[in-house]
Amino acid sequence: MNTLWYVVRRIAILLGSLVVSSIVVFLLLRLLPGDIAQAKLGIDGSPEAVEQLREQYGLNRPLVVQYLDWLGGALRGDLGTSFISEVSVTDELQRKATVTLPLIATSATLAVLFAIPLGMLAALRFRKWDGIAISATSQLGIAVPAFWVGVILITIFAVQLGWLPAGGFPDAGWSDTPAAVRSMILPATTLALAQGAMLMRFARSATIDVLQQDYFRTARATGLTRAQALRIHGVRNALIPVISVLGIQISTLIVGAIVVESVFALPGIGQMLLQDVAIRDYTKVMGTVLATTAVVFTVSFLIDIVLGWLNPKARQRS
Amino acid sequence: MKVNRTLIMGLTLVGFTLVLAILSFVWTPYDPLAMNPELSLSKPSPKHLLGTDVFGRDVLSNIIVGARSTLTVAFFAVLISMIFGVLVGVGTAISPKWAQTPAIFGIDIVLALPSVLFAIVLAAVYGPSTMTATIAIGVALSAAVGQVTRRETNAVLQADYVMAATSSGAGKGRIVRRHVLPNIRASLFVQASGAIAVAILAESTLSYLGLGTLPPTPSWGRMLAESQQFLIVDPILALWPGLVIVIAVLGFNLTGDGLREALDPTLRRSET
Repeated sequence: MNTLWYVVRRIAILLGSLVVSSIVVFLLLRLLPGDIAQAKLGIDGSPEAVEQLREQYGLNRPLVVQYLDWLGGALRGDLGTSFISEVSVTDELQRKATVTLPLIATSATLAVLFAIPLGMLAALRFRKWDGIAISATSQLGIAVPAFWVGVILITIFAVQLGWLPAGGFPDAGWSDTPAAVRSMILPATTLALAQGAMLMRFARSATIDVLQQDYFRTARATGLTRAQALRIHGVRNALIPVISVLGIQISTLIVGAIVVESVFALPGIGQMLLQDVAIRDYTKVMGTVLATTAVVFTVSFLIDIVLGWLNPKARQRS
Repeated sequence: MKVNRTLIMGLTLVGFTLVLAILSFVWTPYDPLAMNPELSLSKPSPKHLLGTDVFGRDVLSNIIVGARSTLTVAFFAVLISMIFGVLVGVGTAISPKWAQTPAIFGIDIVLALPSVLFAIVLAAVYGPSTMTATIAIGVALSAAVGQVTRRETNAVLQADYVMAATSSGAGKGRIVRRHVLPNIRASLFVQASGAIAVAILAESTLSYLGLGTLPPTPSWGRMLAESQQFLIVDPILALWPGLVIVIAVLGFNLTGDGLREALDPTLRRSET
């Protein structure tokens, strides 16, 4: 019953968050100074033409009706049509996601693979030179902006050594697999390094915490080595705070993707969003921001469920 | 007494950044905006210690003035976040139970929203500017400040001396003024230091994306974006703005950690 109540509560929070954020996004972009129809037609548009366009796009309906219409469409997977390019926002997002999702998935996997073992090693080698070196590297890594890491990697591996492309993505997309993979290596590494530094720090601090627990000392007293005791009793406990940080990091990962796509001129969702902001394509900005926040909230929800399963105390607290 | 090396290192780096920003008001080697096409992309030399950019502008002068732009946005953003965060955090903690749930819910939503994404939306609506960036970063950070403040306030409200004050007739306003604020002050300093580091990174990122400080005002993020076009001919140009961003962020992060260590004796042993 306790578990069921926890899941129901989390679903309610997820739905509530989605509704609130959709209202905020809609109001921010719809209550703009000026009129979208007027903006599209420019200063030469006659009042009749503007009125006709407002009619065509349903802009003269009450705001609540427009919002419900937009939200209803979004729930059916239809985020509207761009006022400027007149393409379907959902189709564009799906097309661009073929670049952004692999970027995020690869970098998150890379970050977890190097950051968690290194963070745990730093904790085990606490006060030894290698532990201090790893810890200092992660502290430095948190301070380095992702775009600078990207620029440094481009300088070394693209400009100086010429091993990998400095940016861009093949026109044929993933059909040209070797070129697409080569285009992804530097961006994914950049994002992984930026995310990994923070994760490493949390993994270290969570492991140090475990090393000081009574149950860990008892395990050691039964004759297990530190590494054995950590593997058998510590990993699951140390992973709880690390996973909760992963949940928070999903939003920084998405922001990181926007930045990294900009550094490497990758034609993904982030690049598209920045271009749409520049040309003020509000329908696309609204759709993209709503879809992105929906992903952030859904991943946070899934992580909360995993945390609840891993840690019964979280369910009770809730 | 053990020397707090983290705090000393942090304050040294912060001091360096602050000196740059203060210096920008009284002196720069050259006019940071003065263009000199004959000196385009010149290497570091005794005349131009960090070289010049594509327009022949002195890089060191731009770095010095850039410190002012970046720190101004960061300080005001953190000020906004502290005012909002403390109001919301303390307000939520002292409000009746029925009002707490929606407030916590609101904090959680803002906390989950990526601050740069929020800044992008604001830039789409009002156009990119220093003001938009400051507000976006400030609002986004205020959720984190609010969350920690609420937790700290709750801890203070459960202390015996607060219960004693309540039973002797003290009102909520008096309890907040006399007990809550003085007790959470130290934690607010630690938070502010960490928040400035986050704000500096966010400002640099927005300026890099063209959504923060606008040209011609020098900013570290935009200097890096501009230098990226000349990586083949002058790779060293991208080094300087990146380096000062790292120094500033590292400085405020270490200061935050050092302060936390100094204020919380239990951390000195566990060093987590």
